[in-house]
Amino acid sequence: MSVEIESRECVVRGDGGVVEQLVVNVGPSHPSTHGVCRVIVHLDGEVVTKAEPVIGYLHRGIEKMAENRTYLQVVPLTDRLDYVGSMYANWAYCRALERLAGIRVPERAEYLRVIVCEMQRIASHMMSLGSAAADSGAATMFIYAFDQRERIIELFEELCGARLTYNYVRPGGVSFDVPEGWVETALAFCRTHRAALTEMDRLYFGNVIARDRLKGVGVLSAADAVAWGASGPVARGSGVNFDLRKHDPYSVYPRFDFDVPTGSNGDCYDRARVRLFECYESCRILEQAIAQMEPGPFRTEGLPRLLAPRPGDAYDHIESARGSLGVYLVADGTPRPYRMKVRSPAFCNLALLPMLAEGHMLSDLVVILGSLDPVFGEVDR
Amino acid sequence: MALVDRLGQTLDSGSGGGIILTSVDALANWSRGKSLWAMPMGTACCAMELIAASFNKFDFDRHGTFPRPDPRHTDVMVVAGTITRKMAPAVKRLYEQMADPKWVIAMGNCAISGGIFYYDTYSVVRGVDEFLPVDVYIAGCPPRPESLQDGVLRLREIIATGSISPDRVREAVLTLPSSGAVSFGKRPGEGEAR
Repeated sequence: MSVEIESRECVVRGDGGVVEQLVVNVGPSHPSTHGVCRVIVHLDGEVVTKAEPVIGYLHRGIEKMAENRTYLQVVPLTDRLDYVGSMYANWAYCRALERLAGIRVPERAEYLRVIVCEMQRIASHMMSLGSAAADSGAATMFIYAFDQRERIIELFEELCGARLTYNYVRPGGVSFDVPEGWVETALAFCRTHRAALTEMDRLYFGNVIARDRLKGVGVLSAADAVAWGASGPVARGSGVNFDLRKHDPYSVYPRFDFDVPTGSNGDCYDRARVRLFECYESCRILEQAIAQMEPGPFRTEGLPRLLAPRPGDAYDHIESARGSLGVYLVADGTPRPYRMKVRSPAFCNLALLPMLAEGHMLSDLVVILGSLDPVFGEVDR
Repeated sequence: MALVDRLGQTLDSGSGGGIILTSVDALANWSRGKSLWAMPMGTACCAMELIAASFNKFDFDRHGTFPRPDPRHTDVMVVAGTITRKMAPAVKRLYEQMADPKWVIAMGNCAISGGIFYYDTYSVVRGVDEFLPVDVYIAGCPPRPESLQDGVLRLREIIATGSISPDRVREAVLTLPSSGAVSFGKRPGEGEAR
């Protein structure tokens, strides 16, 4: 079921020539679709005339399940939304809940959240860069990138015991304080990571074959990026300078000095390169956050186990590795949310695929899909 | 071809053939167990650990297990992640495309029973064993890469009980793990003197 021909038909072109139109099914199990994406591709020879993504192969009903869980029980479910970067959904949900219930978060917890989320950004971008490189034939890059990701996962494991589904950011704080020696390891990681990033930059983006595969492929204009609601590196690759950490500052982000890297051409090359540069910025934020962090409580004491916020609603969003991730919560006074809605950046970015893929070769389709970096846990929810 | 198909049965029925059969079985099982190419049926979070298992730190290749995303090249399907009702027909179809002999590893709680998605959801299949014969169950949400590697080693033990004679091929009986991180399906007659 990887790639198979669904139908073939002959169409008469404008110039009178007869061409065979192929309809090819890619996925839902395909090594280059980053999960369970299915794309129905209409081909004229090898050129994509139309690409229709079919989603829903990982629809687990998390938003509906949240209505049957207490507010605290929803946190582990949010881990499974964006499984490449679990910390973000944790944090977005907790922020919405904290706004809804009026919970104050200690300053140390905010710093810890920033630290883990910036590390998560590096881990997620490493996965994205690596798999996108592997899709375009550069498997070596994947191994270099995954090495860096594995180091962060080891740090997370030391911090909260889990390698992937952390359940770390909790309403009112975080679940654990940093263990002894963790901060030094994290700082040492920042130093080695910068060198590794430079190496990867030369290895992949300096490679003439990689440049040929990425440059000018899947060009997204800045106007289209805004019109289609793209966010994160996809929008920034097109030159849209939009980052919630800068433009709707939350948590302790205003205290840090960092830049928002943007591209100019909006092609796959720029989107991937923006991710690489964001890792440098994340290292900068990490070092500043670790330097500024003061000892203190890491969670609010005396928070009831059964939260029952007053009827109302709250929306909050954070900048995840994929873009602006928002959670909307409606409370009806009971200990369970009346409704939870996740604004998923991966879903909005994936919607660009038909537009970007049109007119490119079939082999460019996987490169474009990789540059959009969808995670299907979050797309389908 | 037909002779090859009947070879096992013929050997088994003839006098003294059992000795040859067990020797052939031993060779076949040794070669099958030592190069298990895996079909990575990664749908959700567990797929990340499946990728991690085959990369730098854990290096799956040293066990002879190599991820190959083509069902026709592979021996074992590693179902890693939640299987929804929409995905299940595709998984089944991919399993049917795999050439015999083939095995299935259910990696993670979602593939075992639905895991965290067992209750309150309308779209998740409660365990891949509802439609596939699972040989090894690996518990965890997600399991560590080491657990997956242990699961493959357990699968080798199951493969070691196989035979080229259809009379001696035993039906896999599906059991859920009672304790420990890894369990594997017992087959009837396993450990019995034959």
